[in-house]
Amino acid sequence: MGGVMTTEEQSERINLIPIYIMGKQYMVPESLTIMKAMEYAGYTLIRGVGCRGGFCGACGTAYRVLGDPKLYFGLACQTVVQPGMYLAQLPFFPARRAAYHLEDLEATSTQLFSLYPELLRCLGCGACTKACPQELDVRSYMAAGMRGDIAKMADMSFDCIMCGLCAARCPAEEGQYNIAILARRLYGRYMAPRSAHLAERLEEIRAGQFDATMEELKGLDENALKERYKARDIEPK
Amino acid sequence: MSGYPPEMQESIRLVESTRLRRLKETFTAMTLDEREAILKGFHPDYKDETFHAVRLGVSKGQRMPIELAQVVEGRPHIGPDFDVSAPIIETDVLVIGGGGAGASAALLAQEQGAKVTLVTKLRFGDANTMMAQGGIQAADRPQDSPPIHYLDVIGGGHFTNVPELVEALVVDAPFVIKWLEDLGMMFDKEPDGTMMEEHGGGTSRKRMHSARDYSGAEIMRTLRDEVRSREDDITVIEFSPAVELVKDDKGQVIGAVVMNLETEAYHFIKAKAVVMATGGGGRLHYQDFPTTNHYGATADGVVLAYRAGAPLGYLESMQYHPTGAAFPEQIVGLLVTEKVRGLGAQPVNKFGDQFVYPLEPRDVEAAALIRECKERNHGIITLTGQPGVWLDSPMIELIHGPGTIEKALPAMVRQFGRFDIDIAKEPMLVYPTLHYQNGGVRLRADSSTDVPGLFIAGEVSGGVHGHNRLMGNSLLEITVFGRRAGRAAAAHAQQMTWGTPSLEHVAQWNRELEENGIDTGVVAPILLPDYARKG
Repeated sequence: MGGVMTTEEQSERINLIPIYIMGKQYMVPESLTIMKAMEYAGYTLIRGVGCRGGFCGACGTAYRVLGDPKLYFGLACQTVVQPGMYLAQLPFFPARRAAYHLEDLEATSTQLFSLYPELLRCLGCGACTKACPQELDVRSYMAAGMRGDIAKMADMSFDCIMCGLCAARCPAEEGQYNIAILARRLYGRYMAPRSAHLAERLEEIRAGQFDATMEELKGLDENALKERYKARDIEPK
Repeated sequence: MSGYPPEMQESIRLVESTRLRRLKETFTAMTLDEREAILKGFHPDYKDETFHAVRLGVSKGQRMPIELAQVVEGRPHIGPDFDVSAPIIETDVLVIGGGGAGASAALLAQEQGAKVTLVTKLRFGDANTMMAQGGIQAADRPQDSPPIHYLDVIGGGHFTNVPELVEALVVDAPFVIKWLEDLGMMFDKEPDGTMMEEHGGGTSRKRMHSARDYSGAEIMRTLRDEVRSREDDITVIEFSPAVELVKDDKGQVIGAVVMNLETEAYHFIKAKAVVMATGGGGRLHYQDFPTTNHYGATADGVVLAYRAGAPLGYLESMQYHPTGAAFPEQIVGLLVTEKVRGLGAQPVNKFGDQFVYPLEPRDVEAAALIRECKERNHGIITLTGQPGVWLDSPMIELIHGPGTIEKALPAMVRQFGRFDIDIAKEPMLVYPTLHYQNGGVRLRADSSTDVPGLFIAGEVSGGVHGHNRLMGNSLLEITVFGRRAGRAAAAHAQQMTWGTPSLEHVAQWNRELEENGIDTGVVAPILLPDYARKG
C-alpha cells in the first residue's frame, strides 16, 4: 500500500476539532470516526469496541453537540466526529432476557406475551426508534409484536445489531432487541416455509448416494483433479 | 447529492456511459495457467521479502508473514512456575473463542452431556462471524451435489486442500443448513420455501445461501441466543482471553490460563478437553494492509496451540478480499460483500471498462485489481492516496429490478449511505483488503489435533481451504468443524484420565527461544492491536 498516508500523516493537513469524551476535551482530526478519535486521544479500547464495521453493536454511543438541545445516538465505529461533540459510550445496557428452549415453544402471540409480558406495556412513544443506529422502526416492530404479528416483527427487526440503545431509552423498560430475536427465531423455525430440495438432499446423502463419487474424487491425483475441475460446467447466472 | 468529490464523479460518468453495453458483455474467465501467472505477479503472498520462516517449534521452517512470525515466536505471558494447582473453574469442555465456531462447539458438546465453559476475549459474538455478509455454501439443489462442491473447493484452493477435510465440509453442509433452520435462522427463501441461492467467486453452481447481507450476523446471533438458552450447562465468560494452554504430564491439554482483560488477573480453568476457536489474525495488518477483521483478530490460537505442540500449515497464504471499501477514508478496508458481484455488479476501471471476470476465486480477483491499479495505472487514486477501482453496483437493479439492492444489501446501503453514497445509483470504490487466514493449526476431520485433548475449529485451523478459501465456505467451516469439535471434545472428556498439571511446554519454549537467540520483543498473544496514539 505504498503511497497511502497514515491517519496521522493526514492529520497534519487536516483541521483539529474539540470533542469531549465523558466531559474531557480532546483535539482530534475532523475526519475521524468517534472510535478512531478516542484512539487518537490515547485511549486503548477494551469496552465499546468490537467489529469496527457496524455489525456487532458493541460501540453504541450517546452524544450531544454544544449549543444543540437534541440528544443523538450512533455507533462509534460508523459516526464521524463533529466540533463540540459530548460523548458517552454505552457499551453495555442491561435488559431482561426470558428463559426458553425454542424447541418447546409455539409461534403464537400467547407464547410471545407469556415470555415477555412487558411487551404489552409499550407506550408507543418512539424513543427507541429515535435511538436506533440502524434506523430501524423499533416502535413499529414492537407494535407488530403487540398485535401478535410475529412475521412482521421478525422482518422489521431483521437488521438489528442488538446494541441495546433502544432499551437504554425506553420509558416502559422494554428489552426490545431480546423480544425481537425471539420473534425472528420463532419465525425461522416455525413459520418460514421449509425447503423441499434441502430435505431431499439430506435423504440422498443419508442413503449414500454420493459416497462412491466422493471416494473416487478423494483418490485422484492433482493432474486428474485439474482435468475434472476444468471440465466442470458452470451454471449460468 | 453525491458523496464523491468532482474528480471521481467524472470517472463515474464514464462508468455510466458503458453500463448498458457491459450488461451484455461477459469478460472471459482465466485459465488455470493465467491464474497462476497473475498470482505470481501481483498477489501479496508472492512478495517473498515480507515472509519469514519460523525458527522454533514442531513446524520449524513454516513460512508466514513477518508480522505473524513475530507473535508466533513471542514470549509467553506467564512463566512455567505459574500456579496450576488451584483452578477457579473445573469443567468438561473449555471452548476458547466466542464466535460462530466456538458457539457451535459449545452447543454440540453440551448435547453430548458435557458441562461447557466458553471464554472469549471481548463480548460473546464479537467475532468475524458477525461481519460475514455474503452467505454460506451448501450443495442442496438438484442440479448441485457435494462432489461438485468438493471440486469447486479444491480447485479454488489450488489443489492443495486436505481431501478428508473438504469431504467433511461439503457433506456436512446441507445438514448444517437444516440445523441452523431448526435453531430459527431466517434464510432468504422463495414463498414456496426454495432457498434463494447465488453464485460466489469460483463456484460452478449457485449454492450461496444468505440472510440478506447479514448472513454471518444472523448465524451468530441465533447461535448466541441458543447458547444463552442453555445457561444451566454452558457458562460464558467474556473479556477473558486465553494466554496459555495448560497440559499434564501425559502430554494432553487440560485447560488454559485466561486473563481478565479488565483487571489483568490470570486464572487457570481446568478442563477435560479444550476447543480452540479463536479465529484469525487480520489485526496484525500484514504488509500494512487494512483489514475487514474485528478488533480481537490477533492470531492468538495459532500462538497458543503451536506453543503446546500442535503443527501449523498453510500459513504462507493469506486471503485478501478483492473488494474492501477504498472510499471514503472512514471505512477504508471494510468489507464490500462478494454478494455484490454475485448479484451481477462488475469491477471496472477508471475508464469504465471491465478488466476481469467478476467471479474469479478471491486470490485471482484480488491480484487482478492490484494489477489494474499498480501496473496499468487504470485505477482511481483518492485524495488520501488510496487506489481503487469501481464496483458497478447500479447494474444490480438493471438485472434484478428496482428495489433489489435495498432488499438484498441493506448493510451495504447503510454503510455507504452514512457518507451520502447511494449504491443503487453510484458505484463503490474498492481495493483488496486483508480478510482471512487460509492456514493455521492442522487438524483431522474430527477436529482433533496431534496434541491429545486439543480440538480445533474455524479460521484458526488450516487445511480445508488449501491456499485459498472460496466465499461462503468460512461460515460453513465454522459450523461444520465447530460441531465436530464440540462432539469430539465431549467424547474425549468422557474417557480421559487426569495426569498432573504441568507447564513444561512453556519452560521448553523459553529454552528454545534462548538456545536459538530469538527475541522478537513481543509478549504473545498480543490480544489487542495497539491503535492508541502515544503522547
